[in-house]
Amino acid sequence: MTTSLPPLPEPVRKDPQKKTPSALIPPSARSRLGMRLSAEAARGRFRLPHCNACNQPVWPPREACPACLSSLQWRDADATGTLIAETTLETSPELYFRERTPWRVGTVDLAGGVPVMAHLHAQCRIGDTVTLRLFLDKADRAVFMAFSDLDSPDLREDIQLRELTNDPRHRRVLITDARTPAGVALAKAMTKAGAKRIFAGIGDAWKRDAAIEALEGMETVSTVPLDLTDTRSVEELCGEIGGKVDILVHNAEQVRPGGVMAGRGIADAKQLHEKLVFGFMRLAESFGPVMRSRGADGVNAATAWVNLLSVYAHANWPAYGQHSAAHAATLSLAQCLRGEMQGSGVRVMNAFAGPLEQDWHDQVLPPKVTADRLAREIVGALQGGQQDVYIGDVARDVAERFEDDAKLLEMELAGDGQ
Amino acid sequence: MSADNATDNATDHPDTVAILAGLAAGLASAEIKIVDLTHRLDPDFPIIVLPPEFGQCAPFRMEEISRYDARGPAWHWHNISLGEHAGTHFDAPIHWISGRDLPNNTTDTLPVQKLVGQVCVIDCEAESDADDDYEMGVDKIAAFEAEHGEIPAQSWVLMRTGWSRRRGADYINLRADGAHSPGPDAAAVRFLVEQRDIIGFGTETVGTDTGQAVHSDPPYPAHYILHGAGRYGLQCLANLDQLPPTGAILVAAPLKIRQGTGSPLRVLALIP
Amino acid sequence: MSTGFEDIVITAPTSVAYTRFSNESAHWWLLAALRDMLAGAGLRPADIDGLTVSSFTLHPDSAVGFTQHAGLSLGWLEHLPMGGASGVIALRRAARAIQCGDASIVACLSGDTNQLDSFRQTLSRFSHFSNDAAWPYGSGGANGYFALIADHYMRRFGIARETFGQIAAAQRSNALYYPHALMKTPLSVEQYLDARMIASPLGLFDCVMPCAGSESFMVMRADTAHRLGLPAVRPLAIIERHNGFAEDPVQFRGGWTYDRDQLWQRAGCAPADMDFVQTYDDYPVISLMQLEDLGFFEKGAGDAFIAGHDLTCGGSFPHNTSGGQLSVGQAGAAGGFLGIVEAVRQLTGSAIGAAVPNARRALVSGFGMVNYDRGVCSAAAVLERANQPATAARHPTTTESEAAA
Repeated sequence: MTTSLPPLPEPVRKDPQKKTPSALIPPSARSRLGMRLSAEAARGRFRLPHCNACNQPVWPPREACPACLSSLQWRDADATGTLIAETTLETSPELYFRERTPWRVGTVDLAGGVPVMAHLHAQCRIGDTVTLRLFLDKADRAVFMAFSDLDSPDLREDIQLRELTNDPRHRRVLITDARTPAGVALAKAMTKAGAKRIFAGIGDAWKRDAAIEALEGMETVSTVPLDLTDTRSVEELCGEIGGKVDILVHNAEQVRPGGVMAGRGIADAKQLHEKLVFGFMRLAESFGPVMRSRGADGVNAATAWVNLLSVYAHANWPAYGQHSAAHAATLSLAQCLRGEMQGSGVRVMNAFAGPLEQDWHDQVLPPKVTADRLAREIVGALQGGQQDVYIGDVARDVAERFEDDAKLLEMELAGDGQ
Repeated sequence: MSADNATDNATDHPDTVAILAGLAAGLASAEIKIVDLTHRLDPDFPIIVLPPEFGQCAPFRMEEISRYDARGPAWHWHNISLGEHAGTHFDAPIHWISGRDLPNNTTDTLPVQKLVGQVCVIDCEAESDADDDYEMGVDKIAAFEAEHGEIPAQSWVLMRTGWSRRRGADYINLRADGAHSPGPDAAAVRFLVEQRDIIGFGTETVGTDTGQAVHSDPPYPAHYILHGAGRYGLQCLANLDQLPPTGAILVAAPLKIRQGTGSPLRVLALIP
Repeated sequence: MSTGFEDIVITAPTSVAYTRFSNESAHWWLLAALRDMLAGAGLRPADIDGLTVSSFTLHPDSAVGFTQHAGLSLGWLEHLPMGGASGVIALRRAARAIQCGDASIVACLSGDTNQLDSFRQTLSRFSHFSNDAAWPYGSGGANGYFALIADHYMRRFGIARETFGQIAAAQRSNALYYPHALMKTPLSVEQYLDARMIASPLGLFDCVMPCAGSESFMVMRADTAHRLGLPAVRPLAIIERHNGFAEDPVQFRGGWTYDRDQLWQRAGCAPADMDFVQTYDDYPVISLMQLEDLGFFEKGAGDAFIAGHDLTCGGSFPHNTSGGQLSVGQAGAAGGFLGIVEAVRQLTGSAIGAAVPNARRALVSGFGMVNYDRGVCSAAAVLERANQPATAARHPTTTESEAAA
């Protein structure tokens, strides 16, 4: 029977006389083999090295099967095991854990004989059949966590799980382009997930529309002026609310068909890049350092920076070539931001989607991603602590093809344009 | 031109020397005042709203190059970017399809003699207050002339609506069917061009036409008729309430942009 | 089939007094042991022709760098990074080298410094497995890993914490007489049980205190020791095992179980013949595991055995007579030498603390290297006092001439 957990305390307001804690991160050193686990986890997979001959999973990662010396391959793994040992650490020489003790870890016997050290969800008990999940910790490194009941209504009341995820609950969210259908849907989904407050960025506030009215009608939402193409606008908003943004969602979107020769020209492309690419940079210049400094600000810490990207950031779709290019540039900058955020505890998450269900895709065949689904999956990925999330069938398909053979995908997409 | 020629010209027209001397004295003593008719170039100043499938005018933007820092220790400067038709701006004839084949129709070729001239200000504030879609007709011009005399040839005519005091959403006044703001009707523009031979026409609103002018005949009549006849437009003017109906001098010189269709500019008026 | 160690002895047990922290390098500590040991044996550095070195904080140097550092020219050298098993294994390696004629006098050195952050630094980059799969989970280090082992062990065999407490308390009693022990306050089982938790079920007195220090001994032929007038001890049998029982998902037995029959058979004696035992006591649970795996009692019967014995020097089962690492301190790799050095002193009647009366035979075991979740290396040696040269000095030679040979 699963024990019930008391709810996590609601964050209290920060004592202004207290120093903001410095960001601490758990140990980040891994071998290259060990990093592979992080790369798998970043994509939301549970994969372990398996022996090519005897098919047994192997852990910790090695260069050969310890049973028969055959080569290994990373494959989807059975994640169930038995909790056979546990301890509650009351102290640690690593500052990150020292600040967070007591901390519970255990040994899970995976697949009968593979010992896996794991963080323990509070509901796990010795002897339980447990399910392992991979999360990226605050060092962006994959770690196992064991659960005895993933369907428990109290699942999210676990403080160790909260350390590994970016749950919007109790947190304050900035949606940078809230006027879009995705922006409105995100505001709703974040509210549903328990976000404390949502700052809805509105560009060209002199243009009123139904989206603004919908946002203004939501109790959790405060509309704020934010024009991503205007450096001063971004700076001014950061000056006002920079210290309160726990999750930033860069969801700026400006879909226009057209490529390079048969496109809408430089002026149009420039505006697209101004908003998406330079908009990202403006946000990074203003909000980035503030969020970085607040990565460990107690329970009110800055926790995630989310980018809404087209899956065609990976490979250009000529029908929407300029759009793909702007997203590719943003993806590259997001990778850069990830590097610069290392050590801060702030996760940079990329949410890749295929064509969205919106006016500018009216000539694109389904399946298309609705704004509601997009928002729901972004919230789910935050709750799951993911680094990359692919939303919808097209995004997953393109991602799979990209991983399988990037060159082949490029050629296939070029063929689509004919 | 040599200094001698300049002296010759002055000798040939002794009265202009006196006029300019008088102007200088008047400016120095502030008996002649200068009124600024320009809005501040501001990133959030509205620009004309067109359907999204059309190309869009870039709003004013400013990025710091350096600020007495590592990027330039002793100096502070910016890069700016904006569309030709952002902020308080000037429309050259080439801006509209009707004026595309005219000679000297671009900002770098238009005759500078036309950029300073007398100005008539027609007060339509009451009508515009009452009706966002007020269209100034020939009758309004006739009423103006009945009170202040006929509009002289080679004048600027400005339509005063009080619109420049509006801010943000009220300024563009966007509804589901588009923008709503006052302007001239086609007949009035045709009258000013054909019967009064004006240099150009200016408004406080975001265009020389009404907000709903796409539905006029021809669409955007002020743009179509003014530029088709080689006349100029001024938009987004401010402080028109500080001008007398007649007797002021307008200075409106656009940037000398190669093949420019318009230009943001500082518009000044000299008033008695 | 390996042969015995008939003509080999261990001598010159040397300990350099431990300090909690030290600004000196590992080289300093190793050299201090070497200098004291040579002085005590009346030898010069050139008399040594073989060397083993065990140290964690010598990094990035190895035994090779140390020879240059110490100015030693050697015909035989081993770097033995085997942690708590390195003392017994150094003895085994040195004995075989001498038996084969590759060396004649081998100095076996161990030592580590303990600067303020040495402990964390050693742990945080201990191994690939540790970095990839253990250290990120709370970074408890050895405390965390052995807490898991102890948690499982206690559940599996129904062992009570009191038993661990009795081991720790008895060792503290021994330590009260041992001059180098860092912990000199008596410890009761109640105090053990009441102490704050470090990593459940391990409390404060389950854990060793990291410190700086060094331990060393020499291995040579019995006749050499006799000629030099050095009291000596004979190894009767030695075993080692690496990565034994890898299939156990959590460690509840060590590699000793593989090899213990061979050990006693070759030694020609039995556990009951031991006058005292030195186990590797990084945690009492591991001492208990060694005792049962080496045959002192049935697996899982630790509660009764410990309750039925007095583990102090004058008791029925003298155990870790110096106080062990739990009371003396854990000077890194020297922790793997503490037991053998103390055993040689006890067996040669030169104990510097409490003496085990009339001790003739002893067992020393080692355990080391938590590469991931368990100690990978295990080793044990049965030692016997060498009252006389094991064989007559048929070829009386000088140390120098042996080195030349």
